[in-house]
Amino acid sequence: MQPSADGVHDPYLGTTAAERAAMLARIGVASAEALFAPIPPAFRNPPLRLPPPLSEQELLRELSAIAGQNRHTGELISFLGGGAYRHYVPSVVGHIVGRSEFYTAYTPYQPEISQGTLQGAFEFQSLVCELTGMDVANAGMYDGASAFAEACLMAVAVTGRRRIAVLDSVNPAYIDTVRTYASGHGLPVELVSPEQPRLGAEHACLAVQQPNGLGFLEDVQRLSEAAHISGALFIADVDPISLGLLREPGAYGADIVTGSGQALGGGLNYGGPHVGLFACRERFVRQLPGRIVGQTKDLDGRTGYVLTLQTREQHIRRERATSNICTSQQLLALATAVYLTLLGPAGLRQIASLCYHKAHYAAGRIRELPGFRLASDAPFFKEFAMQCPCSPGELLPALLERGILGGIDVSGRVRNGLLIAVTEMNTRGEIDALVAALAEAVRP
Amino acid sequence: MTADTSDTKVKAIAVTRDSEKLAAPPNLARDELGSALSFDRSMPGKQGILFPAMDVPESDLPPRAFLREAAPSLPELSQLDVVRYYTALSRLNYSIDSGFYPLGSCTMKYNPKIDEDIARLPGFAGLHPLQPEDTVQGVLRLFFELQDLFAEITGLHTASLAPMAGAQGELAGILTIKAWLEANGRAGRTRVLVPDAAHGTNPATAAMCGFDVVSIPTAADGDMDLAALEAALDDRAAALMLTIPNTLGLFDPNILRIVELVHGAGALMYGDGANLNAIAGQVKPGELGFDVMHINVHKTLSTPHGGGGPGAGPIAVTAALAPFLPEPYVIVDEEANSFRLVRPERSIGRLGAFHGNSGVLVRAYTYLRTLGAAGLREMSEAAVVNANYVQARLKETYTLPYDRSCMHETVFSGSRQRARGVRTLDIAKRLIDYGFHPPTVYFPLIVDEALMIEPTEAESKAALDAFCEAMLAIAREAEQQPELLRDAPHQAPLRRLDEATAARKPVLRWRPSAGAAQP
Repeated sequence: MQPSADGVHDPYLGTTAAERAAMLARIGVASAEALFAPIPPAFRNPPLRLPPPLSEQELLRELSAIAGQNRHTGELISFLGGGAYRHYVPSVVGHIVGRSEFYTAYTPYQPEISQGTLQGAFEFQSLVCELTGMDVANAGMYDGASAFAEACLMAVAVTGRRRIAVLDSVNPAYIDTVRTYASGHGLPVELVSPEQPRLGAEHACLAVQQPNGLGFLEDVQRLSEAAHISGALFIADVDPISLGLLREPGAYGADIVTGSGQALGGGLNYGGPHVGLFACRERFVRQLPGRIVGQTKDLDGRTGYVLTLQTREQHIRRERATSNICTSQQLLALATAVYLTLLGPAGLRQIASLCYHKAHYAAGRIRELPGFRLASDAPFFKEFAMQCPCSPGELLPALLERGILGGIDVSGRVRNGLLIAVTEMNTRGEIDALVAALAEAVRP
Repeated sequence: MTADTSDTKVKAIAVTRDSEKLAAPPNLARDELGSALSFDRSMPGKQGILFPAMDVPESDLPPRAFLREAAPSLPELSQLDVVRYYTALSRLNYSIDSGFYPLGSCTMKYNPKIDEDIARLPGFAGLHPLQPEDTVQGVLRLFFELQDLFAEITGLHTASLAPMAGAQGELAGILTIKAWLEANGRAGRTRVLVPDAAHGTNPATAAMCGFDVVSIPTAADGDMDLAALEAALDDRAAALMLTIPNTLGLFDPNILRIVELVHGAGALMYGDGANLNAIAGQVKPGELGFDVMHINVHKTLSTPHGGGGPGAGPIAVTAALAPFLPEPYVIVDEEANSFRLVRPERSIGRLGAFHGNSGVLVRAYTYLRTLGAAGLREMSEAAVVNANYVQARLKETYTLPYDRSCMHETVFSGSRQRARGVRTLDIAKRLIDYGFHPPTVYFPLIVDEALMIEPTEAESKAALDAFCEAMLAIAREAEQQPELLRDAPHQAPLRRLDEATAARKPVLRWRPSAGAAQP
C-alpha cells in the first residue's frame, strides 16, 4: 500500500496532519505524545508485529484468495444440519439489512431517532410470539445454544431450585453450552432420558429439543406434563421452520421457548452471527434476559417504541441483573422479521412441507439401500439420524469426492450414525445423487 | 459556524414547528408507511416470496398430536409492501452513515464498506459450521491469524474467538479465571473487585460466574482509590475487572502499582477492552500485567453495530490461562500442514452452538489487514487527539469533573446547566435538533449528569467543530430559553416517548384482537 498524500496508513482517518497540529495547539500540548503521558514510558510504543497494511484493491485480492481456499455450500451439495441449516434467503432480506440506516446504527438508546430499529424489534418479538404460541419474547439472543442455556438459568431464578435437567437427546453442543453457563454458580446439570425423565422437587427445569439432536420428534406433551408435575419449568428449543407444520410449544405447555433464528433468513456464515429466539409466559417477563422493546406514546400521542423493562438489565441492575447481555444480534433479528413477513403463514407452511417431504423422500430412498436404517422409529421433520452399515468416517470422504457434504458423523451417539438434513434447497436430483453415492461408497 | 448564525438556526428551529402545522397538508403517504405494524397491513392472500414446486412424492404426515392446529398469525404482505415498510422504518433511524455519533464508550466509528463486501463472499458467508476441516482451510487460517493478531495487539499469549459479544467475552474471561483459580488451589476466592465507574456488564458478569462483587471507589482525581483497593485485596479476592483506559476516558497512571497489588494478593487482572480504541498500538495491556482482556470488535475494529449487534468479544489470555479457554480454538497441525478446531485441554466449555460470530470476525480481520501496525497507531492517536480537542473546546462551558487531558473520550457533567433546571437528558435531546446523535448520558454513574463524548478518529475537524458549536449554542439556550430544551427534540420523527408507562404497563407485542394501537 502507498500511504496517502498526507502520509497516513489508516484510510479511514478524518483529519489531516495539519488539522491535527492545529487541534493540538488548541488543546495546548506540543504533540500527541503528551496526551499519552499517563502510560508508563517504558511500555509506550511497543513493537507491533502485524502484517503490512493493504490497499482496498490488495485486500480484496488477498481475501478473495483466502475465501477461495474454502469450498462453500453453493458449490457443493449439502446435507449438513446439526443446528445450522441451508435455507433460501430471499433477496429482499439482504437488501433490507444491508441498508446502512439499519446496520450502522447503535443500540437504540435515543428512541426519537431510532424508531426503525425499535419498531423492527417489536415486529420480531411479535412474530416470535405468533410462531411459538407464547405470550412474550425478547429482542433476541446471541444464538440458539446460548439462548437455551440462559433459559435454564432463568428457570433457576424463577423456581429458586438449583438442578437443571436436560434431555439426553439434545444436541451435545447445546448441552455443553448449558454446562458452561451453569458452571458459574456450580449448578448441577443432569442428563435425563426421554422415556423416564425422573424429576424431583429440586429440579428447576426440564429442557428439551423438538426435534431433538438426532432430528426425531419427542413426546413433548408427556414431557411437559412430567416437568410440571414436579413443579419444574418446561423449556423447549425448537426449529422455527418446523412450526409451519408442527405443533407450537405454547400448545404443549412450554414455559420458555428458545430456538435458532438462523434458518429464518439468517444464512450460514460459518456458524455465526445467528440470532437466538427467546419467548416465555407472561408471568416470567420480569425475569427475561436481554433487550425488550415496548410500545408507548410520544408527547403528541403518536405511537412509538422504546427499550423497556430495563430494570432487569446490567446497566441499571448491575450485579443483580437477570443476565449480563448487552450487545446481542439485533440486525439478525431484523432479518428474521423481514423473512417471516415475506413468507406469511402460507409461505411458512410451504417451506415446512418442502423440507418435510424431501427429507422423507431421502430417508425412504436411503433405507432401501442394504444395511441402512433409521436410528429411531419416531417421526422426524427435516433431519434424521441414519445407521449405516459402516462408519460414516469411511463414507463421508467418498461422498465429498463427488462434491457431496453427506451429513454429520454422529457415531458417538448412534452406532455408525450419520445425521442428514434436507431442506427446500435440496432438489430431488441432489437427493438421488446422495443415494447413489452412498450406494457406491458402501459397495465392497 | 459563528455564534450569530447558530442563534439564527435556533430561532428557525423554534418556529418551524408551528408554521409546519399551519402550512403542511397531512402527509398521507407517510402516515400510511410510518406507524402501522406489518400485522395491521396484512391482506389475506398476499405472499412476498414463492417457493419451488414439490419435486418428490409426498409422505404421510406425523400423527395429529404432533401437528399444528391453526397456522400462526403472520402478516400477509406483497414483496413491495415489505420493502416499502422496512425502507420507511430505516429512514426513522440515525446512523453513522448519516451523521456524527459521539456515543461515549461505544466507539461509533466508520464501518468500512469493503469489509461488508468481503464478509459476504460466498467463500465465507456460504460455509456450514460443521463442514469437514479440509474444506474450510481458508477461514481456519484466517481465524488462526486473527488469534495471533489479537494476542499481539493485547500483548498476551493467545486469544479465543468464540465469544459472540463483549459481555460474553467477559463471561468467558471470568470463567477462565475461575477455572484457573480452582486448578491452582485458590478456589476459596469468591470476590471480584469492580470499580464503581465500570460498565454494568462487569458486575453482572461477575455475579453470573458466582462471585460476590466488591465495588472499588474512584479517587477525586479520577484514578482508582489505591487505599480502597489494598483494603479489598485479601485472600478472598479472585480478580480485579478494570476497563483500560477507564470509563472516565482516563488512563490510570498508577496502573503498574495496581497490577502489583492485585498479583501480590494472588488475584488476577481482567481487562475490559471496551476502550481499546484509545491505546491499540500505543501500549500492550499484557505487558502491563493484565492476564485476560476482551476486545469489542464492533467498537475498536470497526465492525458495524447493527442497531444492537452482532458484535464479537474475543478474549486474549496469558499462557497460564490458555488451557482453560472456551471451545473451539484453532491450531496449526505442522505435520499435516493444516488448521484444525480443537477443544483446549481444560476448557471451560462451549459458549454457543458453533465457533463464534465468524462473519463479524472476518470484518475485524480485513480491518486489521487494512491498517497494519502503522495505521493502528495512527487510529488510536487520532482518536485521542479528537477527544481532547472536543474537551478543550467545551471545558469552559460544561463542567469537566476530572480536569485533565483524556484518552479517546471525555466525560463532562451537566451540573452547571442542571442548576438552571436543564437536565443532561434535555441537552441530549436538543442535540438531535441540531442533527447530531447525543453522547452517552448518565454514565459513568459516579459523574453527576454525565455527558460522555467519544468522537473517534474517523470524524473530520469540521464535524467536531459543528458538534462543539451545537453544544455551545445549547448551553446558551439553557440560560436563555430553557423550555426549548425541555421539550426537545422538535425535529425528530417522534417527540419524547413515555418510557415510564411503557415499563409500568408493558405492551411487548402485537395482539390479534386488540391490535397494536391499544396499549
